[in-house]
Amino acid sequence: MVTVYAKDLTKDYKSLRAVDHIDFEISSAECFGFLGPNGAGKTTVMRMIYCFLPVTSGELKVVGLDVADHQSEIKSRTGVMPQENNLDPDLSVFENLIIYARYFDIPKKVSSVRAWELLDFVELREKAKVNIKDLSGGMRQRLLLARSLINNPEILILDEPTTGLDPHSRHAVWEKMDYMKAKGTTLILTTHYMEEAEKLCDRVAIMDAGKIVAIDSPANLMTRHGGNLEAVYLELTGRHLAA
Amino acid sequence: MQLKRALRVWQRNFKVYTKLYKSSLALNFVEPVLYLAALGLGLGTFVKEVEGIPYINFIAPGIIASSAMFAAAYECTYGTYVRMFYQKTFDAILATPVNIDDLIAGELIWGASKSMLYGTIIIAVISAFGLVSSPLILTAVPVLFLSGLIFAEISMIFVAIVPGIDSFNYFYTLFLTPMFLFSGIFFPVDTLPPLVSKIAFFTPLYHLVNVCRSAALGKLQGSLWDIAWLFFVAVILAPYTFRLMRKRLVQ
Repeated sequence: MVTVYAKDLTKDYKSLRAVDHIDFEISSAECFGFLGPNGAGKTTVMRMIYCFLPVTSGELKVVGLDVADHQSEIKSRTGVMPQENNLDPDLSVFENLIIYARYFDIPKKVSSVRAWELLDFVELREKAKVNIKDLSGGMRQRLLLARSLINNPEILILDEPTTGLDPHSRHAVWEKMDYMKAKGTTLILTTHYMEEAEKLCDRVAIMDAGKIVAIDSPANLMTRHGGNLEAVYLELTGRHLAA
Repeated sequence: MQLKRALRVWQRNFKVYTKLYKSSLALNFVEPVLYLAALGLGLGTFVKEVEGIPYINFIAPGIIASSAMFAAAYECTYGTYVRMFYQKTFDAILATPVNIDDLIAGELIWGASKSMLYGTIIIAVISAFGLVSSPLILTAVPVLFLSGLIFAEISMIFVAIVPGIDSFNYFYTLFLTPMFLFSGIFFPVDTLPPLVSKIAFFTPLYHLVNVCRSAALGKLQGSLWDIAWLFFVAVILAPYTFRLMRKRLVQ
């Protein structure tokens, strides 16, 4: 089943073309990665998928619904872990989850049970009453992941989920993503870490200057072009991937 | 726009407010009381009566109006801007079923609510000091919400167009402060040159001051026209607020 369908998708910011006529399909329960350096258009694609940015032209459907007409419906079935920390600094760890759940119309009874489960899942139970500013970077990232799961999403969008994390926290996040994937959640992520893409993604789309230059499984790409994904990227675009 | 989703945004702001209110509430009503004391008691020694009313009783209802104005303005300039730009709270909310119009509406209703709350507190304070002669002052409470909506709208229009948070200085210095001084709070506007009093007519604060003063004197029928003016302006500003904020939030 196709979860995300994009045909001739284009996004312009004033004079800049951020996404340039791209086509892709993401299947249900797949882990799909957008790989590329900063400015390649990865985040823009993600933001169009979760209806944060309007599409300039082309077609984009999520769970069979057009993003222009079914924003609330699509967003209610999607979880988003953003690139930037946008936790609510005025609220505690636990309140961040409860108040976020309310935007999805999840009643307090349900959301508080769910919040505790998620705090266990990301190992933050003992931090429940702590202020956001007293969390380490890795803890904030884990809380963002927990928050993105509050509505039991069918699709989980992760925009550079491990950027800036130490190796230990990075592995912790990967472990959680593996678990979500095993549960049948469709995972869509952006990354500029090859290791992340190789380890987690069923397929990757390699992006360069707003275009998709290749879509395939990491294994196939590496067989066809030789070496690791970094070498594949260099061969396809003439550029180094590491940002 | 869906009202239920707008209220989710309102609830978020309310929750944060209930956590922080101790510091902000005190600050917001200390200042009006200082004005009342300094001008009402100080200047009031020299200016005995205005329009047949003791000076302090004359300015007290105006202080309700100005407190309500500043409450909505602070909330929907600095407050909204911080949530939008620094805290990225709006980005987080917009990834949920709450859409952009729900968010804008929630912020506006919150600004209006806070305006009503702060105005009501001043009503309680000045009533406690015996500066209000009619219980009809309570009829001003819903009007405070209406005018709060206007101040919230104007503030958010500014949020939508300013390049940065420092620009709000212009809004306060060139717009709110002159309105505070020349909208009939401290002296009747018809004592000013005709041009200035004509300008005052076009400011929401002038009409709100009229409503509060009439209500405090128990002569509400004298300000029905002002209420109509406020209603009309709140309605016409709404589409501009939504359009400009949408443009600011979505690239």
